[in-house]
Amino acid sequence: MDLGPYLILASLEGAVTAAVLALTAVGLSLVFGVMRVVNIAHGEFFMLGAVIAWWIAHSMGGHPAIGFAVALVVAPLIVGVIAVLADMTILKRVNYDPERTIVATIGLLYIIQQLTLMTYGPEARPVEAPFNTRLAIPWFEHGENGWQMIWPWGLGTTSYKLAVIGAAAGVLLGVWILMTRTRAGLVMRATQADRDMALAFGIPVEKVYALVFGLGAALAALAAVLIVPIQQAHYLMGADPLLLSFIVVIIGGLGSLPGTVLAAVLIGLSDGIISVFFSPTLAKILATLLVGLVLVFRPQGLFGTRHS
Amino acid sequence: MLELQAINTGYGRAQVLRDLSLTVNSGEILCLLGRNGAGKTTTMQAIMGLLPLMSGSIMLDGQNVSKLPPHEVPRAGIGYIPQGRRLFAGLTVAQNLEIGLRARKSGPDTLDEVLTLFPRLRERYRQRAQTLSGGEQQMLATARALCLRPKALLLDEPTEGLQPSMIEAIRQVIVKMRDAGVAILLVEQRVDAVLSVADRVAFIENGQGGEVLPAQALRDDHSIVERYIGV
Repeated sequence: MDLGPYLILASLEGAVTAAVLALTAVGLSLVFGVMRVVNIAHGEFFMLGAVIAWWIAHSMGGHPAIGFAVALVVAPLIVGVIAVLADMTILKRVNYDPERTIVATIGLLYIIQQLTLMTYGPEARPVEAPFNTRLAIPWFEHGENGWQMIWPWGLGTTSYKLAVIGAAAGVLLGVWILMTRTRAGLVMRATQADRDMALAFGIPVEKVYALVFGLGAALAALAAVLIVPIQQAHYLMGADPLLLSFIVVIIGGLGSLPGTVLAAVLIGLSDGIISVFFSPTLAKILATLLVGLVLVFRPQGLFGTRHS
Repeated sequence: MLELQAINTGYGRAQVLRDLSLTVNSGEILCLLGRNGAGKTTTMQAIMGLLPLMSGSIMLDGQNVSKLPPHEVPRAGIGYIPQGRRLFAGLTVAQNLEIGLRARKSGPDTLDEVLTLFPRLRERYRQRAQTLSGGEQQMLATARALCLRPKALLLDEPTEGLQPSMIEAIRQVIVKMRDAGVAILLVEQRVDAVLSVADRVAFIENGQGGEVLPAQALRDDHSIVERYIGV
């Protein structure tokens, strides 16, 4: 088998990574954009989503699809509510001061992580995918009888992975519509543009902040529910998505949703392809190098606007 | 009527305003004059609830607005046109106005009235705020505040950096609002521009209130201004 089929396989794996990463990073980007808050605990909201999904799927009987469907709705909701409470009890009390929120969310990270370890335990547990049909991918090869279609061994994906990509694209479209076409989005963008003027025009900024923090966490949790049938739930699984989300948000431009999605696709695909052909470590090295280059040559990110 | 009763406020521990009292009657333009750093902008931010008061109170038509959370202050009926315009960047003219309309749930008739005052904004309706010219941005900032159907209007240097025709347009709208019974508090550096519209002038010095005089007195005797502003 030549290079082509490998490349397709790597791209598909990368696309799944990109889809989940885009959801997680958009959550982080929303929180940073509107609230100017760096949320170090974002990865833990991701992890909570996966753990709660396992817990729901585990405690519900019947077909795995039922438990998964419930988890898909309930886990982001629970995580969103937890985030709203964290915002009201912690972030509001430190006045959303940039330095103090970083320290506060680091604390939140450890609290969530250790509470999960104490209750859920150190095991990695799988959630069964609601459907998981193997799909073989054909390849064209120039053989003795001219061009012919072959089905290379090992070249395939599952229906679930394609569904993850589709679902992530759908949710991202929903977020985009929310931000650009609805009143809630208008209020969020006004708050992002000028907090004091938002207050001076009757926008309850504290309420907007709480909801945005909840929405950001819920997006991370949703991403985790989507990935948990492929990756398993574990109490330390939040570290990688946090790092990659920060990479994506910095490359895409802080607070820019289109930039964040584009950067997620870029990082996700290159991560998949480089991991298959070389090594996952090299993929991370290159992504981090890219962040360094972006920070040196275009500090506002690819799509960010420079603040005067 | 907008009344400031002995307010004290500042940034953190740095006190800026000391026992400042002011009264702006409905249907009157009161101009606040003072040197840079005297506390003019701080006064406006304090009225909007953006700076917490250490003591004193701010009354709007008998309602104590300084007891309200900041986002309820505009809902009580105070429109703010800040220095530097501070439009919602990234939002269109229409969306900037919508934020203003929603603050006090004003209807489409308010929008229509405001756009009749500033026909230029109707032409630029779908454009992003930051693509407007300086004068158009000032029109939008004014229109956004008028969308609240305010009882009191705060204008912080509304003619800063504008060409004469724009200054005249803004001036006419301010006078129109006064005649409609709005209490108007105006901060302006250019004394000549002030004297042509103001009914009364209040001086502020080091965060403390000074003399309050009818504008006519200053028009007659220009030396009073120089004593306070010292140009």
